[in-house]
Amino acid sequence: MTKAHVWRKPDGMSIVFVLLSVIILLFILAPLVKTVGSSSPGTLWSTLLDEEVYSSVLLTVYAAVIATLVGLFLGVPLAYLLARRQFWGKSFLEGLIDVPIVIPHSAAGVALLFVFGSNFLAGEIFHTIGISFFNSVAGVVIAMMFVSIPFLIDSAKEGFKAVDVRLEKVARTLGASPWRSFFQVSLPLAWRSIFSGSVMMWARGASEFGAVLILAYYVPFFGHYARVAPILVADRFASFGLDYARPVTAIVILLSLIVFIALRTIAYRGEKA
Amino acid sequence: MIAIKNLKIDLGDFLLQNINLEINSGEYFIILGPTGAGKTVLLEAIAGLYPVLEGEVWIEGREIARLNPEKRGIGIVYQDYSLFPHLSVEENIAFGLKLRKCPKAAIKEKVNDIAEIVGVTHLLERKPQTLSGGEQQKVALARALVTEPEVLLLDEPLSALDPEMKERMQSALKELHHRVGVTVIHVTHDFEEAVALGHQVAVLNEGRIAQVGTPEEILRKPDSEFVAHFALSRNIFSGEAEEGEDGHIVVDIGGIKLAAITELRGEVRLSLRPEDIIISKEPLHSTARNCFQGVVSDIVHRGSVVYVTVTLPPEFICLITRQAFEELELREEVSVWVTFKASALNVF
Repeated sequence: MTKAHVWRKPDGMSIVFVLLSVIILLFILAPLVKTVGSSSPGTLWSTLLDEEVYSSVLLTVYAAVIATLVGLFLGVPLAYLLARRQFWGKSFLEGLIDVPIVIPHSAAGVALLFVFGSNFLAGEIFHTIGISFFNSVAGVVIAMMFVSIPFLIDSAKEGFKAVDVRLEKVARTLGASPWRSFFQVSLPLAWRSIFSGSVMMWARGASEFGAVLILAYYVPFFGHYARVAPILVADRFASFGLDYARPVTAIVILLSLIVFIALRTIAYRGEKA
Repeated sequence: MIAIKNLKIDLGDFLLQNINLEINSGEYFIILGPTGAGKTVLLEAIAGLYPVLEGEVWIEGREIARLNPEKRGIGIVYQDYSLFPHLSVEENIAFGLKLRKCPKAAIKEKVNDIAEIVGVTHLLERKPQTLSGGEQQKVALARALVTEPEVLLLDEPLSALDPEMKERMQSALKELHHRVGVTVIHVTHDFEEAVALGHQVAVLNEGRIAQVGTPEEILRKPDSEFVAHFALSRNIFSGEAEEGEDGHIVVDIGGIKLAAITELRGEVRLSLRPEDIIISKEPLHSTARNCFQGVVSDIVHRGSVVYVTVTLPPEFICLITRQAFEELELREEVSVWVTFKASALNVF
């Protein structure tokens, strides 16, 4: 049944709120539309075929995917513990997880260098197994991971919280070990939150500039040297000016939107099913 | 045989302790107690879902109080049914069997059998969210029973249902228990439910077992004021029991002396069920030795029955049918006689 629309005389508050909403939406949309719209499709296509551009885009997508996968593996168990267990210092931990959102990302990059630089403890340990984080893809990954993991952990935590703990209890009495109960009940029921958290983490990681700039500015990537897309955009603007930066900016915006909308659609479909 | 010995559980706000219960195999056992008495936690402790501080739980000669829940062979059905929302009814029921790595054909057969017994065969393809409360309940029962547990725990299984459905599920539970023969431990706050279903009833109060007995014993012979209240004995008095001149026991409750049957002397308490009191306009000539005149001071209508308070003093709350109420033409301020047998008085 469709609701009949009843004409209501708008009150003053509604008019003011709608006007303010239009302003903020224009503020978000106008730069995006203008940037994308001012480059012809032909220019965009030839820019995409520029080796520097496509390897940058690939590096960005690839590193953000790896960061998200590592984040899933390490972050989901923590999210589950935070959702299910009560322990001393829990709220401190929950605050700590959000710290990467709060600190300037260039500062995060410097801080990461202090741990993962080759002269420091974690850096040395990884160095012995052949992984170096300075100016390498691995560096891009950890920089992205550091600044974006809070989105995944927070979202997964809310997802697990929304799963009735009694479902897990029933699963246990039916013969499930804690592992089985987690993988067959908790995880499938929380997956949508975990998935949308992953999308947010991926998107946030892919758009990271400051931390990557410090840790892994220019990295060897499948036989070429590449910079992540946000750095490429900034470099082109700094070296050649607005006109030269515009096509690559348009491509980055378009690709981000396409991926983001696609993933959101998948998550939304899951919701409807 | 299921034996719970000296069980002690920390509920945070208070302790559940000195829990001792013996439940015969195949018995329908009720744990009755007010909301917040720790009934659900007691069930979870038996199932291994809540830690036990001290004590033992024996099932058919196995001590299981330290075993993981999946090793205990105990099924549980929660008040809100807790069906897995991402699985169909069939997958819900098959959940435990799949974990046991049963062959597919055997799973199918067992699921169909139990679905037929509880009456959900026509729902197997559905998702739990699309079922009514009663249907979800049946699916939850089937899911727990299909793994053939030695004990089935039911947590307030009827309290979320509307009155009519409640009555139907009550008979369904009774019949199911009869057919399957599993030992059932059912917790509830509803005394009438306990009487309708239980072979044995344990009354839980403030973390301890107040009384264990058949529903009849809980109904007729509550041994504490709490149980008497909970079992809806509306008339509770305290008085002095002594031997009367004719050798019968009389209890002086201040104002009047009641004829009672008891071995106790001195300070005692009495409970009297409202339905055991007869109201009449004239004094009754019967073998009942307690007969007093008083005035109707309050009338409360409860559908087909009526609660009538008669004040002597003290006050007696009496339960009569609507028909009797109308025949007696009772109104407030009317003078009536209340009559009850000495044996109707429970002394403790």
